[in-house]
Amino acid sequence: METVIKTNKLTKRFADFVAVDEISFDVHKGEIFGFLGANGAGKTTAMRMLCGLSVPTSGEATVAGFDVFTQPEEIKKNIGYMSQKFSLYEDLTVLENIQFYGGIYGLTNREIKEKSAELTEKLGLQKEAKKLVRSLPLGWKQKLSFLVAIVHQPKIVFLDEPTGGVDPSMRREFWDLIYDAADKGITIFVTTHYLDEAEYCNRVTIMVDGKIEALDSPSGLREKFGVQKIDEVFYQLARKAKRSGD
Amino acid sequence: MSAITLNNITKTYNKGSILAVDDVSFSVEKGEVFGLIGPDGAGKSTIFRMLTTLLVADKGTATVGGYDVVKDYKTIRTIVGYMPGRFSLYQDLTVEENLNFFATVFSTTIEENYDLIKDIYVQLEPFKDRRAGKLSGGMKQKLALCCALIHKPEVLFLDEPTTGVDVVSRKEFWEMLKRLKEQGITILVSTSYMDEATLCDRIGLILNGKVLSIATPENTIQAYPEKLYAVKSKSMYKLLNDLRSFQGTINCYTFGEYLHLSISCSEEDVKKYLNEKGYNDFVFKPTTPTVEDCFIRLLKTENGNGNKDK
Repeated sequence: METVIKTNKLTKRFADFVAVDEISFDVHKGEIFGFLGANGAGKTTAMRMLCGLSVPTSGEATVAGFDVFTQPEEIKKNIGYMSQKFSLYEDLTVLENIQFYGGIYGLTNREIKEKSAELTEKLGLQKEAKKLVRSLPLGWKQKLSFLVAIVHQPKIVFLDEPTGGVDPSMRREFWDLIYDAADKGITIFVTTHYLDEAEYCNRVTIMVDGKIEALDSPSGLREKFGVQKIDEVFYQLARKAKRSGD
Repeated sequence: MSAITLNNITKTYNKGSILAVDDVSFSVEKGEVFGLIGPDGAGKSTIFRMLTTLLVADKGTATVGGYDVVKDYKTIRTIVGYMPGRFSLYQDLTVEENLNFFATVFSTTIEENYDLIKDIYVQLEPFKDRRAGKLSGGMKQKLALCCALIHKPEVLFLDEPTTGVDVVSRKEFWEMLKRLKEQGITILVSTSYMDEATLCDRIGLILNGKVLSIATPENTIQAYPEKLYAVKSKSMYKLLNDLRSFQGTINCYTFGEYLHLSISCSEEDVKKYLNEKGYNDFVFKPTTPTVEDCFIRLLKTENGNGNKDK
C-alpha cells in the first residue's frame, strides 16, 4: 500500500507550549482519513505543518513523498487545501475562481476550459457560472471550493472543517464529492465536529492535548472502547483533556 | 403571554427581488427553548434580526416580551440578549473589558448579574486579560454568551451559537441553556446540529423563507410518513450508489455507520436486489427516524416540488 503521509514524532512548540506532541501515523493512498479532536487539541497546527505552512520543532514528516522541513514548496504544489474560513474569492465569479486556481496550479488554458465545464456541470451551477461567489449559499460555496481545491488532481487534499454550519442534506452532498474523489485515488485528510462524518472515514484519529489518543477504523474504535457510537469514544477521550480550548 | 409572536411577517431584499422571509407566523411561549432549523439562506438570520429590531419587516407584525418590534424597539433592546452568527465582540478589548462594556451599555454591572453568568464565566476567568480576538472558538462563544446575558434579558436570541464548536463544548453549552431556561429565560436558537434540535421544546423547520412545520421533536419524528431502514455492508460507497440506482428506492443517504433507506417496494425486493448485486454480508433492518431524517425528507420533498433552493 502506497503511503502518502508519514509522520514520526512530529512536534510543534510555541515557547513552552507544546501544541503538537510527538504524533506518529501513516496515511495510505486513496484513504479518507478523519482527524478529530476538541477545539484547541492541536489539529490545525498539525495540519499546517503537513501543508508546508509551519516548520515543525522536531520529528519527521513526509507528504506526497516530500519532506516538510526541506521541501515545503514541493508539498504545496502536490496537495489541495480547503478551510471553512477561506477558500474562494467572493468578489470573483464561479468561473473566474476556477480559472484563477487553475492558473495558480499551472493548468493549461485548454485544461482550465475543460475543468470549468466539468465542475459547473457536476455541481449543477451552469446558470450561476457568471455570478459572484458571494451570492451563493454556503453549501454551494463549500462544494465549489472543494472541487477547486482538487482542480490540479493533487495526491492529497486537506479539508479543515469543510462542513461547519452546513445543513444535514448539503453535508451529505458534500460527502458524495469526497467519496467520489477518494474513489479516483485522491487521499482525503479531513477534520470535522460532526461525529456522524467520522463514520464515513476509513480511519479516524482522535487528538487530545496535542497527542494522538486513538487511531483506528470507526468500527475498530467502537469495539475497542466497547461503545455503540463514535460520539462516546470522543467523549471518553476529550473529557480527559487538560487544555480548555486554548 | 407569548414571549415572541410573529404574524404574517414578510421581508424582501434588493428592492423586493429576493424574498427572504415569506409570510411567517409562529409564537414562542415564555420559558420555552424554540429551535429554528433550516439550510443556509432559509431566512433564519433575517428572522433573528427583525425580532431584535435591527431590521424592519416589509409586512406583518411581531412582538417580543409583549412589545411591538417597530414601535417599542427601544424597550425591546433592553430586554433581549442577542448572539449573532458572526463573532461580534470587540476583538481589541480583553475578555473582562468586553463584559464590562456590555454591562455598562445596559446600565448594569458585572457584579449585579454575576449569578447568571457565573457557571460560564469561571471558565473564562483565567483568560480575563486576553484580547477577545486571541481566544479560541469555544472560548469566544462562551464570552459572547456572557455578554448577551449580562443585563439579565427576558428573551435570548442565539443564531448558530455552536457552529465550529466541538461536541464536548456543545454539550456544556446546552447544559447552560437548560439552566437559563429554568430561570425563566425564553430562548430562540438556530443550529445546524440535529442532535441539538432534539434538545429544544419545539422546533420549526424553515425553508426558502417559509416555516414548513412546527412541533415538538417527538411529534416531528412521529409524523415521518414512511418506513425507514438502516443498511450496511463492507463497501459503503458502492452500496450507496447501488441503492440509489435501485428502482424501489425513494431516498438513500449516509447516516453514520449505516445508510438510511426509504422504499416504495417490499423488504424482500430490497434483499433480493442486494443478493443479485453480490452482497452477501449486508445488514438490512428497520430503524427509527431522527429529526435529521425528517429534515432531509422535508428538503427533498420541497425541493423536488420545483421549489429549487436559490
